[in-house]
Amino acid sequence: MITDRIAVDIKVPNQTRYLCLIGHIGENIARTLRNYSGDREKLAYDLNLVLTEAMANAIQHANEGDPDKEVHIEISIISQRLIIRVFDFGEGFDFKQYVRPGHPLDEHGRGIYLMHSIMDEISYQQTESGHVLKMIKDL
Amino acid sequence: MNLQIEDKGAAVLMAVQEERLDAHNSGELKNHMLKLFEEGKNNLVVDLQAVRFVDSSGLGALVSGFKNASSRNGNLKLSGLQLQVKSMFELTRLHRVFEIYTDSDEALASFQQ
Repeated sequence: MITDRIAVDIKVPNQTRYLCLIGHIGENIARTLRNYSGDREKLAYDLNLVLTEAMANAIQHANEGDPDKEVHIEISIISQRLIIRVFDFGEGFDFKQYVRPGHPLDEHGRGIYLMHSIMDEISYQQTESGHVLKMIKDL
Repeated sequence: MNLQIEDKGAAVLMAVQEERLDAHNSGELKNHMLKLFEEGKNNLVVDLQAVRFVDSSGLGALVSGFKNASSRNGNLKLSGLQLQVKSMFELTRLHRVFEIYTDSDEALASFQQ
């Protein structure tokens, strides 16, 4: 069986106008995969969503909304395993606080919960220059 | 942000003419809703027929509108949700918070009862 082996490495300015670009890359990856037996349109939405959420999070919480900073995103697929890493260069945030769903009428705090629900593994760790949000999904 | 706002008497219809409702444009939607509330228009139908994608920030803006409308004795109802967008409301249990209608006519009619 021929398997997909994809590696995408993107750096974009720390601005929300690029969310759409990053989300669409996720959607297109889902539609292009050679071997995927699940609901492809659902996967396309899910990858759009987790990339949008992770990047928005890096912009708003980790890079402190500074438009001169960058967000660095790596997407790779090896042996039917999708790995997304979103690097930020800021102070970071309290990741664990947002893993559980909050009150339905909260205006903020659903992003991490959504990523956690969709992906198989998720972690947030410190790097030398900031933090990395890592998510894994078995395809 | 591309929005069509029309006063329909019993409620104001706000049709979001964007493919995405995300952290880039949700603040703008929130501001448009606040402006209507300040004008005393507290009954809103937000039509999402054109919207293919909503993120947590888009959901947050709608929750903010809902809370503002409710606190002014009004209501914010939704219409025209595409299948994937509807799943987002279910995943976050917001389908229990909002009144959701198939189309805007049905949502507007509910304000006239």
